[in-house]
Amino acid sequence: MMNAVPISWFLTLSAILFALGVAGFLFRRNIITVFMSIELMLNAVNLSFVTFSYQHKEVSGHLFTFFVMVVAAAEAAVGLAIILTVFKGRSTLNIDDVNSMKH
Amino acid sequence: MELLDSFIFITLIKAAVVLAVLLTTLAYLQWVERKVIAHVQVRPGPYRVGPHGLLQPVADIIKLLTKEDLLPPYVNKPLYLLAPFLAISMALLSISVIPFGPMIKVGPVITWMQLTDLNIGVLFILAVSSMGVYGIALAGWASNNKYALIGGLRSSAQMISYELPMSLAIAAPLLISNTLSLRELVMSQAGGIFHWNILHGPFPQVISFIIFMIAAFAETNRVPFDLPEAENELVAGFHTEYSSMKFASFFMAEYANMITVSAMATLLFLGGWMAPWPVAWGANLVPTVIFAVAGVTALYHGANAARKRDKRTLPVFGIIFFIIAGVFLLPIVQSWLLPLFWFAAKTGAILFLFMWVRATLPRFRYDQLMGFTWKFLFPVAMLNLLVTSFLVAWTTK
Amino acid sequence: MDVILFLIFAVVAVVCAINVVVQTHPISSALSLVGVMGSLAVLYLLLGAEFIAAAQVIVYAGAIMVLFVFVIMLLNAGAETKKGRSYLIPGAPLLIVFLGLMAYYVQRYLFPESAVVRFGGFTGGGPKDIGNALFTTYLLPFEVTSILILVAIIGAVVLARKEIE
Repeated sequence: MMNAVPISWFLTLSAILFALGVAGFLFRRNIITVFMSIELMLNAVNLSFVTFSYQHKEVSGHLFTFFVMVVAAAEAAVGLAIILTVFKGRSTLNIDDVNSMKH
Repeated sequence: MELLDSFIFITLIKAAVVLAVLLTTLAYLQWVERKVIAHVQVRPGPYRVGPHGLLQPVADIIKLLTKEDLLPPYVNKPLYLLAPFLAISMALLSISVIPFGPMIKVGPVITWMQLTDLNIGVLFILAVSSMGVYGIALAGWASNNKYALIGGLRSSAQMISYELPMSLAIAAPLLISNTLSLRELVMSQAGGIFHWNILHGPFPQVISFIIFMIAAFAETNRVPFDLPEAENELVAGFHTEYSSMKFASFFMAEYANMITVSAMATLLFLGGWMAPWPVAWGANLVPTVIFAVAGVTALYHGANAARKRDKRTLPVFGIIFFIIAGVFLLPIVQSWLLPLFWFAAKTGAILFLFMWVRATLPRFRYDQLMGFTWKFLFPVAMLNLLVTSFLVAWTTK
Repeated sequence: MDVILFLIFAVVAVVCAINVVVQTHPISSALSLVGVMGSLAVLYLLLGAEFIAAAQVIVYAGAIMVLFVFVIMLLNAGAETKKGRSYLIPGAPLLIVFLGLMAYYVQRYLFPESAVVRFGGFTGGGPKDIGNALFTTYLLPFEVTSILILVAIIGAVVLARKEIE
């Protein structure tokens, strides 16, 4: 018994990581940290995919994880370019200060 | 007998041997480099400590160990301490999957001359080497020094950029060998120099070998791509603020990375531990001949010594070389010494190339460095991979 | 052995993830995130996903996070100074309750005790299997992602280039 990990443990870990990602996304004010929280959420979801893949003895979950990684890479490239542009124009990384559309 | 057969015991012994040999090699590689550069510039190099400076590495280690370990003020302490540790551990980790030779029999034990074989060995080395950049980037950032910061920035940008052509260059021989395990990679290149991936059909990988070597120079931050530590503009680059053993860790990491990429080039393109021609044509006699020639040369120069000390040291070296030449003829040790010799010879030749280039070429400018990889190296590597995959698909039934 | 491995790396992952959220300086958050990704890679190995584990370290930890660290170092904006409006005080307990309920539901109803993970229980995650699936069943998504990457490259270049007056 002690030589096997219940599948639910993996899923619980994934849920905890996802919740922490949500918390970081909501509570933090630095654009880069917010962006990293999104990456954390994506990672948590990837863990679920791989776990389900194990449960069904199927390779599809791995493929989804692979695609998530590709999308995350594209997202990081564009997102960081946007952050660079924002910082160049406003010299701040605080999301609350980037609010000129509000006024 | 139970103890000897156990997997953990054998692995521990192998790990200890590999680590001891690796650390000694790291220390002496620096001596070799100083000697090579010195001889290129027509001067003797390290000469005072021991015969021909052979004890110089020992002196260097003692010096570095006993130096004061400074912790500059205003550094980010945890990251400042983590960076050298990260750099050296990532550099040493990748040696664990590199095969040095075939299956051997030592007494009752039959084992591979390799710590462990992963079926994703190539990916493992890529992963570990891509983690190594953190050591340098963090060292630059945590030092709180603008020269160090610029060094760290340059290094991370350079390493991400050169990783692309490097991965593409690695992918091409993998297509031909059809495996990601380093052990099987070497096995697929058995049968002489025309079966090595660098010359093996359907498409000889000469181009990707050259691309791999150029990218390897950039990945290890060596001349002509040593912008992260360009001493005439950045003091010492990312390790400006490091002293004593922390500095030594960066130094060792650089040399360990050099050994890893040289070993990778050997395994991917040059047939690993395989001899370049069959035993029937005298492949087993090559090391004996080489060491005998070295012995004769040493004896000749001992007889016509240029310096007074050489009169005593060179004949001793000559005799040692003759003994080594004789050892290679003993059938008991041949089975494991010969593959090791070929592996070491090929890796050593590439390491020599690193030193030769350092003694010869000037440094690139930073925009040239970036333009070179994105505008030239990357498209060429892509094209090479395309042609290789097309030809492999064409010739495979 | 599997349980011990899982517990070690799960704890490392959770601690690092908490660190991502609570650290004020982005570079500490970024490094903690690398820690999360590294421990997840080990868990992937435990689940038999060798290729994904390697890709996780190469792509996520080795490329994406290096890009983050690079941008943080380049901007050098320092730690977060202004305290955000603290939703944390009512938010954290709610989050924990929500998580607890979810974990209970998963444990109790979705996955009975018999569904367990053993190392080596699934060997279909090697490079060969991934390649097979990628170039047969998932060929269209694969091609689409390559176009996505191309668009992202062009977008990043356009966004980050210097204005030519």
